[in-house]
Amino acid sequence: MSELKELIQDKLNKESFSGNGSLKALSQKGLELFNEQGIPTVNHEEWKYTRISAVLNKDFSYAVDATAVTAKDVDAFRLPGHEAANELVFVNGIYHAELSNIRSSADELVILPLSEAVKGEYKAIVDANLGHSANYHTDGINALNNTFAYQGLFIAVKKNKSVEHPLYCYYINDARTVNVLSQPRTLIYVAASAEVQLVEEEVTIGTSDSFINKVSEIVVEENAQVSIYKIQNEDSHSSCVKTTHVRQLGVSKVNSVTITLNGGVIRNNLNFILEAPGCESNMYGLYCVKGNTHVDNHTIVDNQQPHSLSNELYKGIIDENATGVFNGKIFVRQDAQKTNAYQSNKNVLLSDTATVNTKPQLEIFADDVKCSHGCTIGRLDDEALFYLQARGIGEKAAKALLLHAFAVEILDKIELEPIRQYVDQIISERLDFEI
Amino acid sequence: MLSIKNLQARIEEKEILKGINLEIKAGEVHAIMGPNGSGKSTLASVLAGRSDYEVTGGSVEFNGKDLLELSPEDRAREGVFLAFQYPIEIPGVSTTNFIKTAVNEVRKYRGEEPMDAVQFLKKMKEKMKLVEIDQSLLSRSLNEGFSGGEKKRNEIFQMAMLEPKFAILDETDSGLDIDALRIVAEGVNKLKSKDNATLVITHYQRLLDYIVPDYVHVLYKGRIVKSGGKELALELEEKGYDFIKEELGEEVEA
Repeated sequence: MSELKELIQDKLNKESFSGNGSLKALSQKGLELFNEQGIPTVNHEEWKYTRISAVLNKDFSYAVDATAVTAKDVDAFRLPGHEAANELVFVNGIYHAELSNIRSSADELVILPLSEAVKGEYKAIVDANLGHSANYHTDGINALNNTFAYQGLFIAVKKNKSVEHPLYCYYINDARTVNVLSQPRTLIYVAASAEVQLVEEEVTIGTSDSFINKVSEIVVEENAQVSIYKIQNEDSHSSCVKTTHVRQLGVSKVNSVTITLNGGVIRNNLNFILEAPGCESNMYGLYCVKGNTHVDNHTIVDNQQPHSLSNELYKGIIDENATGVFNGKIFVRQDAQKTNAYQSNKNVLLSDTATVNTKPQLEIFADDVKCSHGCTIGRLDDEALFYLQARGIGEKAAKALLLHAFAVEILDKIELEPIRQYVDQIISERLDFEI
Repeated sequence: MLSIKNLQARIEEKEILKGINLEIKAGEVHAIMGPNGSGKSTLASVLAGRSDYEVTGGSVEFNGKDLLELSPEDRAREGVFLAFQYPIEIPGVSTTNFIKTAVNEVRKYRGEEPMDAVQFLKKMKEKMKLVEIDQSLLSRSLNEGFSGGEKKRNEIFQMAMLEPKFAILDETDSGLDIDALRIVAEGVNKLKSKDNATLVITHYQRLLDYIVPDYVHVLYKGRIVKSGGKELALELEEKGYDFIKEELGEEVEA
């Protein structure tokens, strides 16, 4: 681990970072905390089931030259519907303007390096929001990303603008020659009555190891609507920690759908901080994994004001030696009366060596609330299976039909049709489902 | 068509069927009646191939094949149909897609080409009339949120689509009001032909007013203790099951 610390220090020295204001403070604080905490081990309560240190315990290069990646490389993994999307390409953690395609006009969508945004008209927004996730994650991995936040990107959706072209964000690690560790950082500001859809995908080029430690902070103002779709379908040598931290500052609606299909060790932190009354937050997840893929979804809903609604449903289909981890925290603060918070985690295990660890964690300080949570871990329903077989459907096809039906509940939450179809196709192929 | 000889079955350690003998020929309607716990639904489940039950003795021959050797899906493909007492709700599976898959799996087994969308829709429309089932119901997830009557009608609709040789109706009348009962029974009657056979399992005589059986059998404690014509059902209705017990020389339970 000390090697990683040296690597980080070395990089900082080389870049002789002299950012200003909140960026510099965040970076310095991040470095201090990282040096103190290091990469979290399984002794850390929040990392009990996910050994991120084992993945990072090898030689990683930092800040590999981004110029080797071409538009042709990007073509290989553009997502369906990209022709009508804003495509934001990040290479080795850094936004790459030349490879990106911004189709929306500047009067609705603003894209700026954080180092510029912190100086201009968005200074107050950056100062108030950048690094907010550190209030909820005090571990070394979040600190590590904070250290490099000055390289991050600021995105603003302007007031009353409904962005027609969804934002497709590709996080590319170019691991063709060396193991790559990258730290993408974004701050996304969605102004009042604005609407935007985000799609995120991590991509590794090459066969060396790839690790993405990403932090995305999203600020949502009154009457705004945001959808966040994540697709995770990488090879086993690609791992990541993705933290998505959403602050809902006014009555607003945010939907999140996280689809995990393959990868090495994947940790998703998803936080919803409901700071205004009457917010709606929907968190959906589907992990359909096999091999040795390890997927960990840690979610937080922090209800601070009355009358908010959160729905959370994560479903898992786990085969072979794969592991699923779910931890769902719901806080209902004393002022957050009339909160409705629902949480459910359902898992189907398809092999004897598949593993699930699931833990709901509710902390409720208000007395007039409706909260529910539940988790199930099981095999396919024998009754349903028999019903299908009794109609002449073979056992294998019947199982595929039931598993697909289990997944569809989450897939249907994806409101971008090309993306929903794309994910459905991958899932159907995985499950040998055909209709 | 169906020949059951000395069939014995248990669930876990409990013996439920203790030697059933039954011959059913094409064109016939048989009814099995009996008090709760007599083994009626077990018989239906064993014939359809539910794996919870272990067959401990006897044989079942269906059109010359050893039925007990076949998987549940192959029994269905051979033409056995079980209308479930409690049809299962399966969210996420559209009723139409499910039936189409089932119809084509059965056709594949018989070496027939799959039905194309046009043929399938035509057949659906035709059979929908038969059980007075609505298109909107079929586009919903399988049985999800269906009323009791809708579930039973959906069972008979599936039967109409699959055109089985031998259909078992397991307590199809339970949970139905009189209108739903009439619709379901009329559907069954219209599907009746000289080439197929039906086994109606029921606790009450009521259903048999609509689906008139050729033979009635009384199942009691895992055995068929009495068989007769349709008048046996009326006798049972009038006297209750106690008269069977009396005939068998058992004490009438309070």
